[in-house]
Amino acid sequence: MLPYPILTISLTLMWMLLNSFTLGHLILGALVAVFASWAMASLRPEKPKLNKWYLLPKLFFIVLYDIALSNIAVAWLIIRGRTKGGKAGFLTIPLEIKDRTALALLATILTSTPGSVWLEYDSYDGSILMHVLDLEEEEQWIATIKNRYEKLLMEIFA
Amino acid sequence: MIYPAVDLSLPVAFAVAFFLLVGAALALIGAIGFLRLPSFYERLHAPALGTSWGIGGIMLASMIYFTAASSRLVIHEILIGIFVTFTTPITFMLLARAALHRDRTARSHGVPRKYPIGPEERPREDDEPQAS
Repeated sequence: MLPYPILTISLTLMWMLLNSFTLGHLILGALVAVFASWAMASLRPEKPKLNKWYLLPKLFFIVLYDIALSNIAVAWLIIRGRTKGGKAGFLTIPLEIKDRTALALLATILTSTPGSVWLEYDSYDGSILMHVLDLEEEEQWIATIKNRYEKLLMEIFA
Repeated sequence: MIYPAVDLSLPVAFAVAFFLLVGAALALIGAIGFLRLPSFYERLHAPALGTSWGIGGIMLASMIYFTAASSRLVIHEILIGIFVTFTTPITFMLLARAALHRDRTARSHGVPRKYPIGPEERPREDDEPQAS
């Protein structure tokens, strides 16, 4: 009946946010959401295995905080120009996560953070190629991604 | 009903103005960076200012203003934030990968090339010589 319960609930919620919180829109939105999740099921995407879903809000706030910090850093860099020795560059990082949803989430996090863009993932050796605006300390970037995001993502998508 | 902006209380007006200015300033700085940074890959980073906390600030300001002005909870702006956050990285990645592909094909300097041959020709463990 409901192949993707979270998707159905989110779609219903979205419908009611866009229209209004009334019983009529709840029924209409739920109908649309159920049909949409059936359409999604016929695409047969890989089902994400959420293990510790309660860690998702923690990830959300960590990301929000990090994006705020890198906003300030990148804005400063644009206004004041580069400090001596700072340069942009490519970065290859070996990853351990294999789950596709976790990788997609990590790609979204890294790309929507100003100052880092995810370029490609190599499924052959499980490494990613990134471009960072301020390649001051390579080890620091690698450590941030591996300890801050990858560990948490591996816990969430076990 | 929506009250005019003049009737807002001072703290609310300050909060709205603060978030609106922060968001607009970030979007402006992102645009300036987009114009001034030297290489294509560096320019990719600048618009992310506008699409992360730039849109976030304006979204918060809008939510606070309309919630206060119409005396009911208005939070559908969150949807704009969610959609912008999840769709712009796809465009960024598409552009970046197109540039990377072109630079690799042109053998440009300073672009990492993982394999001396194309990625589709890399060795595989399960490859076996074909019996003829």
